[in-house]
Amino acid sequence: MKAQLSKEDLLRAYRKMREIREFEDRVHVEFAKGTLPGFVHLYSGEEAVAVGVCEHLNDLDRIASTHRGHGHCIAKGVDLVGMMAEIYGKQTGTCGGKGGSMHIADLDKGMMGANGIVGAGPPLVAGAALASKLRKDGSVGVVFFGDGASNQGTNFESMNLAVTLELPMIFVLENNGYAESTSVKYSAKVGSENIADRARGFGMPAVTVDGNDFFAVYEAAGEAIERARKGGGPTFLECKTLRYYGHFEGDAQTYRPKDEVKNARANNCPLKRFAAAAVEAGLVEAAELEAIDKDVLALVEKAVKEAEAAPQPDMSALLTDVYVSY
Amino acid sequence: MARKIMFKDAINEAICLEMARDESVILLGLDVAGAAGTDQERDAWGGVLGVTKGIYPKFPDRVIDTPISESAYIGAAVGASACGMRAIGELMFSDFLGVCFDQLYNQAAKFRYMFGGKAVTPVTIRTMIGAGFSAAAQHSQSPYSMFAHVPGLKSIIPSNPYDAKGLLAACIQDDDPCVFFEHKALYTMKGEVPEEHYTIPLGKANVVQEGKDVTIVALARMVQVATQAAKALAKEGIECTIIDPRTISPLDKDTIFSSVEKTGRLVVVDEDNDRCGFATDIVGMVAQDLFRSLKAAPQMVTPPFVPVPFAANLEAEYIPNAAKVQAAVRKTLE
Repeated sequence: MKAQLSKEDLLRAYRKMREIREFEDRVHVEFAKGTLPGFVHLYSGEEAVAVGVCEHLNDLDRIASTHRGHGHCIAKGVDLVGMMAEIYGKQTGTCGGKGGSMHIADLDKGMMGANGIVGAGPPLVAGAALASKLRKDGSVGVVFFGDGASNQGTNFESMNLAVTLELPMIFVLENNGYAESTSVKYSAKVGSENIADRARGFGMPAVTVDGNDFFAVYEAAGEAIERARKGGGPTFLECKTLRYYGHFEGDAQTYRPKDEVKNARANNCPLKRFAAAAVEAGLVEAAELEAIDKDVLALVEKAVKEAEAAPQPDMSALLTDVYVSY
Repeated sequence: MARKIMFKDAINEAICLEMARDESVILLGLDVAGAAGTDQERDAWGGVLGVTKGIYPKFPDRVIDTPISESAYIGAAVGASACGMRAIGELMFSDFLGVCFDQLYNQAAKFRYMFGGKAVTPVTIRTMIGAGFSAAAQHSQSPYSMFAHVPGLKSIIPSNPYDAKGLLAACIQDDDPCVFFEHKALYTMKGEVPEEHYTIPLGKANVVQEGKDVTIVALARMVQVATQAAKALAKEGIECTIIDPRTISPLDKDTIFSSVEKTGRLVVVDEDNDRCGFATDIVGMVAQDLFRSLKAAPQMVTPPFVPVPFAANLEAEYIPNAAKVQAAVRKTLE
């Protein structure tokens, strides 16, 4: 698989993962200062999932996301500077400051939105995939959802609908072990150790991969997306991963084992694993990755500075954008 | 004289014309064609009451039967519409909104605002309302006020075949999410309907008749009830204006207000109860803005605050009738 990725591909994927990590770590810092409004749910630790999947997608392909949506946005090509301004609630934000962290969307990029409702994405992406199928343009729909949302009826209904209508759709389960503070061991006993087993019961191919291994996600997602593009119907892809922060910023995380995150950061970080594998295989040089790190640091710094300096939405924006016409 | 067709055929015709005009129009729902997966011929049902019968043979790729999964397929109608299609999702009975409300209430309605004006979601949801069939509490409600309360949704409630065709065509062409409520007691109502394509603008009331004494506002089947009452009152020399708003979001406030300014008296007839509902809404805005024009307290003729009952005698008492409307009108003249 690594051989199929050109050096350019590898560097682009690494850059995306680094952008997500740097963006989220910085939002964590800024939020702690009390300068950011609202609720924020961070994606650090899960980067290999969003990037491993989205590296196969183009702007015609649609994705829908979750509360924890920043990573999917960045992976799908949404402008990072606009995203930061959106999280600050500023006029220059991706959604003009009217959506915020939980509602960032960029339909031109095929990003149908982060979502404040757990389990809202699967039906929407089923619709996107239905549109793809009717237009016969080879595009696909990908829905990202967590182990929490995997228990929502919308998810089960959408799996059934996707199989019934043979939709070009991929269900990407980000199993990070916790639905808010509730362990997946408690909330997802139906099936077996892997939630993907449930999907197999609906009659679609389902695989479980190490979600911290970019190459494993990339390979499995590639097969699923290729099958969907060729009319082979939906696939379920479970990626086991871990989030580095709380469910939301401010979560004391008393439910987690001591050192869980510390150990994961040291031994199971998707960026470190990617770098080690790619450098060891002689596909990229460490210095190239370090140069990306530096670039991304500067980009996120610029995003924060611009977001801080940007104006709040004009008061007239309160009343606009409810309807196209009314 | 134009030909006369039934309300349900007017709806069917509107869908066919829009599907023929625009390839992005699709129809999905439970049994919208029927017999999916059987060895028998498709188009077995055309919807539970046959409203969409005959559409599948014309557009087999775009009439899509779904499993009984309202969350999934109403959500899919919303999602497809956000991706360039114009989906018509059929939610068989409006009572079933409870199993898919999020996809309308939090998703379709809010995309445009949350996404800073960049989303266009031209979805139309067709759904049945209305009591009168002993269908009881879960198949007889008229819950359009719940939808009208949500910024971002439009609520359309036709009262006759002509309006049904023109308003549904307007909904399908409209770039916002529209919920189109079809009163099941009106399906067999006949009326003049031109064969050609036409639309009726959303947010434009119909003045059914004009009279100087009292303004009656009524929707859907209640327009017939109001008309019946007005006829009886006319014999007593009481002249009524009847306004059918046709859409309650957007609402043609101007037409209602200018009539109430003339008559000074208002009666709202509704098949939904009056708690935080359409009738209260109209009375509230008139009380606030036209208080000095009023000659009497506005009256509401609505069902009691109870679920729709099953037994025929109870249901008959539940639904507003002409006698109750006449009494309310007389009260404004006391």
